[in-house]
Amino acid sequence: MANIKYHILVCGGTGCHSSLSDDILKKFQELIIEKGLQSDVQVIKTGCFGFCEQGPIVKMMPDNTFYTQVKPEDCSEILEEHIINGRRVKRLLYKSPETEESVGGSAHKGLLKKQIRIALRNCGVINPENIDEYIAKDGYQALGKALTELTPETTIAIMKKSGLRGRGGGGFPTGLKWEITRASEADQKYVVCNADEGDPGAFMDRSVLEGDPHSVLEAMAINGYCTGADKGLIYIRAEYPLAVERLKIAMKQARQYGLLGNDILGTGFNFDIDIRYGAGAFVCGEETALIHSMEGLRGEPTVKPPFPSESGYLGKPTNVNNVETYANIPAIINKGAEWFASIGTERSKGTKVFALAGKINNVGLIEVPMGITLREVIFEIGGGIKNDKKFKAVQTGGPSGGMLTEKDLDTPIDYDNLIAAGSMMGSGGMIVMDEDDCMVAMAKFYLEFTVEESCGKCSPCRIGNKRLFEMLEKITQGSGTMEDLDKLRNLSYVIKDTSLCGLGQSSPNPVLSSLNNFYDEYIEHVTVKKCRAGNCKALMQYIINPDNCIGCTLCARNCPVNAISGERKQAHFIDQDKCIKCGACMEKCKFNAIYII
Amino acid sequence: MMEKIKSLADLKKLQEHLRTTIGLREKSNEPYLRIQVKVAMATCGIASGAKEVMEVFIEEFTKRNIDAVVTQTGCMGYCYAEPTVEITKPGNDPIVFGYVDCKKASKIIDKYILNNELVDGIIPVNYETIDNH
Repeated sequence: MANIKYHILVCGGTGCHSSLSDDILKKFQELIIEKGLQSDVQVIKTGCFGFCEQGPIVKMMPDNTFYTQVKPEDCSEILEEHIINGRRVKRLLYKSPETEESVGGSAHKGLLKKQIRIALRNCGVINPENIDEYIAKDGYQALGKALTELTPETTIAIMKKSGLRGRGGGGFPTGLKWEITRASEADQKYVVCNADEGDPGAFMDRSVLEGDPHSVLEAMAINGYCTGADKGLIYIRAEYPLAVERLKIAMKQARQYGLLGNDILGTGFNFDIDIRYGAGAFVCGEETALIHSMEGLRGEPTVKPPFPSESGYLGKPTNVNNVETYANIPAIINKGAEWFASIGTERSKGTKVFALAGKINNVGLIEVPMGITLREVIFEIGGGIKNDKKFKAVQTGGPSGGMLTEKDLDTPIDYDNLIAAGSMMGSGGMIVMDEDDCMVAMAKFYLEFTVEESCGKCSPCRIGNKRLFEMLEKITQGSGTMEDLDKLRNLSYVIKDTSLCGLGQSSPNPVLSSLNNFYDEYIEHVTVKKCRAGNCKALMQYIINPDNCIGCTLCARNCPVNAISGERKQAHFIDQDKCIKCGACMEKCKFNAIYII
Repeated sequence: MMEKIKSLADLKKLQEHLRTTIGLREKSNEPYLRIQVKVAMATCGIASGAKEVMEVFIEEFTKRNIDAVVTQTGCMGYCYAEPTVEITKPGNDPIVFGYVDCKKASKIIDKYILNNELVDGIIPVNYETIDNH
């Protein structure tokens, strides 16, 4: 059996990769053979450390020493000093930016602070189908504490003091919502979990439900205790079968332990939960539409007030919170409002889970403190843009949000800053776009989604969005006019101002923010009929360069619509009126004579 | 049938008990304690083959008579590197391996579990937990 004593971990994330990590890996391997250390030391390539700014990163195991900005010429010193002499190479240790002091050893805690997992604390840690593992990780302690040591009022006070705001998108203060529901008098009240996650590219809530279902059940029971409800309902879309299955297992186990049901923990408090299935309609994420859907009615929103806190499910006071909001609550009760309020910005406390998607290297689920910048999220945790392309924009808030650009990269992320920047927090989808993405086409993509998902109850949303979509379609087809651009903007404002619910009030946001940030691209589409990203097919032209064309006729023979003409051994020509932009000619040409403009 | 927990004190007692049993598995230096393998099994992990990978671990452990516990867990967040697997050898920090297909699962058993050699594609932990925050 080999007895490897040291492992050298070299970051192979794309960020470090472009900063020479392959050379470092090779250099270490050479040196190890040179010094005959093969049976003691092993070099390994790892994934991204989420710390690309300081790359390339080298980590020594088992002592967890962390070297930053390592160059190939440092390898020999690391091997010589660290492994043979047992001394750290001081100059390569990470220096804390605040103190300028070297941070070594396993104390690299201070340096990897970019992510804190509160809502995701048990995801990927415990077995979600085993309640014992949840209990071992402080599970149901918060419920026990609330029922035994706190009153509903003091528990609500903790929620208010923590500064927790709704994670479903709106950002309404959770404690305040609970207080309003508590104040509503009725013989029956309900607590609802909104698990109708529908933004394209968002999967935060699904991950919480699949990885830590008990945290949601526990928080719903706490919510019931505070608001005076003994019945909880989880509204979840049927297209999340695994989440549903794990919720059911969790509910069954909680009942067996008596953590749901009658007389919970001997305190006389009764609370139980049921599941209600949705059919996957985006509008049902809106709380009034959600409630109607649960009642068996059409999933259409109604005007607020009355708010669900006063009159909701079956006309009774109903407190609706989102999955991620719930997942934070047991941790807040256990660790205290002050602890939670110490994380984040002045008006947005705690962390936010984001689903990173699009043209980014480390696609995945992250949880970051409020106040982190987009630059840190995209270029450090996310590992930067795929294939070293140029960053263009990031869409937050899904189809209701807006595009944030280069100029917003250093803005601290919180509810208010994102709105000021023309977007919104939304539920946490973050779709990153690069130079190959056309912003007009992007706006069209989101509009297509909204048109599909609009419930049709109010005309601004039903007809207005359709008209917006048609205009965008016209522009990407190359027949848009400058007048259309003004119409786009005006109609967007009308839809925002006159729609009944949040869906219509926010659906023009992608149009408005792309108009504001990328007006020049719209103008190009309209005036010179050009799509700089090469995305809008109708605006592309295949052209034959007469200098390179030798007249072999191969392209003409392969053109499916006979759009190419020309004599043998003479330069050919593409008739743009006939061309369907299939690209077959360019693929066949052996002389690089065909190009796109 | 599990017994009902009748009070907060009972809940705390149960937690203490579970902590010691689970904690022993995770933290102790005792060599007779078992190796723990956690496979990330959210929808995304399963879609990229986590179930098959979990089966490989279970089969290989039985075949080679290796005393290890294989459990499922939720999403670890590293979608770009699914399926992901966390392995804790007694006395060592947990290590997360990414891009684990069936072939790589066998390789991890050969290299890391039996020989203490690492394999490429380790995912460094890049977040803080609430315990140390």
